[in-house]
Amino acid sequence: MRILTIQPKGLWRFALLAAMLAVGVMPPAYADGAVAPSRVPVPHIEIGKGDKCVADEEFMRKNHMKMLMHHRDETVHEGIRTTQYSLKNCIECHASKKNNSVLGSNENFCQSCHSYAAVKIDCFECHANKPKATGAFHPVVAGAGQVSGLGAAMRKEMHGDADKTLSTGAAK
Amino acid sequence: MNEQNKTAEQVIEDYSRRKFLGTSAAVGATLAIAPGITLLDMAQARPADQAASSKNRWGLLIDSNKCATGCDDCVSACFKENAIKEGKKETDSQWIRKIELKDMQSGRTSSLPMMCQHCAEPPCVDVCPTGASFKRADGIVLVDRHICIGCRYCMMACPYKARSFVHEELTDQNPDVPRGKGCVESCTLCVHRVDKGEQPACVEACSSSGKNAMIFGDLNDPNSEISKRIAETATTQVRADLQLNPGVRYQGI
Repeated sequence: MRILTIQPKGLWRFALLAAMLAVGVMPPAYADGAVAPSRVPVPHIEIGKGDKCVADEEFMRKNHMKMLMHHRDETVHEGIRTTQYSLKNCIECHASKKNNSVLGSNENFCQSCHSYAAVKIDCFECHANKPKATGAFHPVVAGAGQVSGLGAAMRKEMHGDADKTLSTGAAK
Repeated sequence: MNEQNKTAEQVIEDYSRRKFLGTSAAVGATLAIAPGITLLDMAQARPADQAASSKNRWGLLIDSNKCATGCDDCVSACFKENAIKEGKKETDSQWIRKIELKDMQSGRTSSLPMMCQHCAEPPCVDVCPTGASFKRADGIVLVDRHICIGCRYCMMACPYKARSFVHEELTDQNPDVPRGKGCVESCTLCVHRVDKGEQPACVEACSSSGKNAMIFGDLNDPNSEISKRIAETATTQVRADLQLNPGVRYQGI
């Protein structure tokens, strides 16, 4: 598990690595709060699939909110759906491998820094905090592979449902 | 693109290219048909980095003769696509609903789905105090939830009762369809699908159930199926007297 820490100098990493080698045991990945070699506690961030970010990490730490804000207006009002700065794309990569979400605990990607910095995130009152579901994980949303609308089986399933009262029959 | 400036040959060539492109998987690129005349192929998805254009006007044609009483495939498809899981209480969101009409004199009944009519002159946009309710360049009327303050003025202004207010916290939204408490919402014409070149979920469900009562397409493109149908058969705009020029038209009511 890759742990990303916010720390201007990489010196403590050396210390940690040395300590790990000396003890020969992995420290618990989610040991809370402070990292011993630093005077200041730093957030533990699980970056999920992570890998290479759409922009420089330093830049993203400082500017992700501006990127998201800019992109959201373009998407909502103009229908521009590029992926580079889309929230959906962030979540695709950074959802935790544990709970498939960017929220949930203080190690989850978005929540970790935001709770550390005490900055409230409003995004997820409306936006999904999980990547686009596969059928298995999220039965409500259509599976990625399902392109051609409702299959007969799915229709039957939905029709057999008690939710039949949903909406039919409203008289004008 | 100016249709009136084209010669007959150009129009024919134009049309055959469209048909060709409709079957190919080519990305909708701007094609030069003749000097000064270009054609943006509407049948294909626009590139993701390109803004929606007023060259298109998306609309629906609903044939109530084919719409079966009691069938709510379009409604369930909408609920599923947009992850609307409530729909049990009167105050819960409803983007599309089935309506049964009865002519009291003749006793003739007809059935139709009613949803946001995506007006060209939307009253919800007129009254919105924050600019959250807006019409996209391609005619789709939307709510920008980032700006919506939940005053519900638009709900009062809409003559079609098309909008709903989200009263309670929501979870498990479709990543493509953000929705949340405190905002007004309505049919988006499945804008996330339209931007990918797909059809709205209700239309797809209607055709996969074999009824084919709904057609989605570009009202600005004279060669689209919807435009051709509107040109040759009598269709109605609901409350045409209000002169809102809805993008949703009905047949057989």
